[in-house]
Amino acid sequence: MGRLGFFIQEAFRALRRNGAPSIAAIVTTIVTVILLGVLIPVFQTTQAKSNQIRDELSFRVAIYDDATSTEIQDLRQKLLAIPHVESVQFVTKQQALAELGQSLGEKDQGILKELNSNPLPANFIVKADDAGNLDSIRQAVTPPGASGAPQPISPIIQEVFDRNQDREQIEKVTGALKIVLTVITALLVIASLMLVGNTIRLSIYARRREVEVMRLVGATRWFIRWPFMIEGVVVGFVGGLVAILVLWLGKVTIVDPLSNTFTFLAAQNTMSFPLLIGILFTAAIAVSAIGSGITLRRFLRV
Amino acid sequence: MARLRRHRRQAGEPAPLRPGPAPIIDLDDVTKVYPGGHLALERVSLGIGRGEFVFLVGPTGCGKSTLIKLLIRELDPTEGQVRIAGRNIGALSEKKIPLLRRNIGTVFQDFKLLPNRTVFDNVAYALQVIGASRAEIREKVPQTLRLVGLSTKVHSYPDQLSGGEQQRVSIARAFVNHPPLLLADEPSGNIDPVTSIGIMQLLYRINRTGTTVLVVTHDREMVDKMRRRVIELYEGRIVRDETGGGYTEESTNEFGMRMRAEMGVGPEGATNGEVDELV
Repeated sequence: MGRLGFFIQEAFRALRRNGAPSIAAIVTTIVTVILLGVLIPVFQTTQAKSNQIRDELSFRVAIYDDATSTEIQDLRQKLLAIPHVESVQFVTKQQALAELGQSLGEKDQGILKELNSNPLPANFIVKADDAGNLDSIRQAVTPPGASGAPQPISPIIQEVFDRNQDREQIEKVTGALKIVLTVITALLVIASLMLVGNTIRLSIYARRREVEVMRLVGATRWFIRWPFMIEGVVVGFVGGLVAILVLWLGKVTIVDPLSNTFTFLAAQNTMSFPLLIGILFTAAIAVSAIGSGITLRRFLRV
Repeated sequence: MARLRRHRRQAGEPAPLRPGPAPIIDLDDVTKVYPGGHLALERVSLGIGRGEFVFLVGPTGCGKSTLIKLLIRELDPTEGQVRIAGRNIGALSEKKIPLLRRNIGTVFQDFKLLPNRTVFDNVAYALQVIGASRAEIREKVPQTLRLVGLSTKVHSYPDQLSGGEQQRVSIARAFVNHPPLLLADEPSGNIDPVTSIGIMQLLYRINRTGTTVLVVTHDREMVDKMRRRVIELYEGRIVRDETGGGYTEESTNEFGMRMRAEMGVGPEGATNGEVDELV
């Protein structure tokens, strides 16, 4: 429609004529979007990691190297007899080494070759029918003996790996991290909203005379408002685009190579990159456009 | 152009652009008290018929500007009614105010041009606001700029123009959609006497197309020479309202020549020849 064309033309004219404030608004948007783009995945990764551990259904029981196959069979029967145990899987020393090799990634395969012998123990993976029953199963594997110290149900048990301890440790760290990140994120979002709002206000204030003239020749409020809103959308669009480009570059050059070797970064539960981009982009545009519209209200009172 | 010629025959007599018995401006017992207690207008009643050319004079602070602001509803009267073409504009909803303003051309002492637009775009803006088509804009804007004598400055920006030229742009913007009423608040306030005769001649030309023109000024000499209806305000009250007679039938050229003769200035400094062919 001709009218929309006129509004877009007006918006770009204003952007050209008010170069400095426009660039300030764009830079503010870039900084905000980059910060959000970094903080959201970090936040999600820590959350996902501790959830992942909490939801884990199994734990491992390490076995001494000198255990005989009869002893191993015997232990399997004992483990299966414990209530709520769903399955028991035996992992040999060789299999344990292969598992480690898989989780290390290509670059660090060399580490395995440097090992002369296999340091990993054979083990059982004990799977519970429900995550809530893990503790009781673990209790059953190592019931407290007469002296009060845990006494494993079989002499071949070297150690029961307690992921519960891992989880508590991770949660302690991520809990603090989460609080810090939440506060920082909140402060940054508030600061950037105010900055964007202020930038828009400045650019409108610089043009209040223009708005006054528009009202005097009989322009309706929306007729005056549309070009400003479109201007905000353009600022949000350009700012969002640049920020996402920077984020993408960061992902490709820094995060992706790291996540090959460092599984913590490759947590599966984090948002997919396109979705993250979509959310950031929409937010950038919406904030700028709505900011312009709201700020204009003050100048449009008749 | 055709439109201007058509109105030429009717000019002089009170020729309404839109027929109707009601006066175009009708103030009924209007009082305006500003917050803080300053009494700007006190029980002012006046009527201005369609096609009239009226001066509103008085010293600074007598309420002239307040009256203009009441007419375009930038202000609401404290008491009384302001009627434009028979409608009480105080009853208009906020959404209708822009529509009122589109029917009233307004010219200001400080021109109020948009500095980042060319002469053409400044005038075109008044048409874009009412949703005029591109073809209409391309036809009407050059036509109006020819009327005010600025055909050669179409692509200049306001800061490249003299005061008189800027005021012509502002008049062109006010007149481009041919409103039935044109208000001019001190149109020659920032302009030298020779140029201001040109401005007055231009306003007279617009008046002869049938548009009612109300000029606010404190230039006594000019008003006396023009011999039109004069309303004088003093401390918020009307102290004089007299109809100057005799010259209602003169053409724009006759008007300009008489004015220059009476003011004692030469024929130059007004509009160029191209304009005078129009009316």
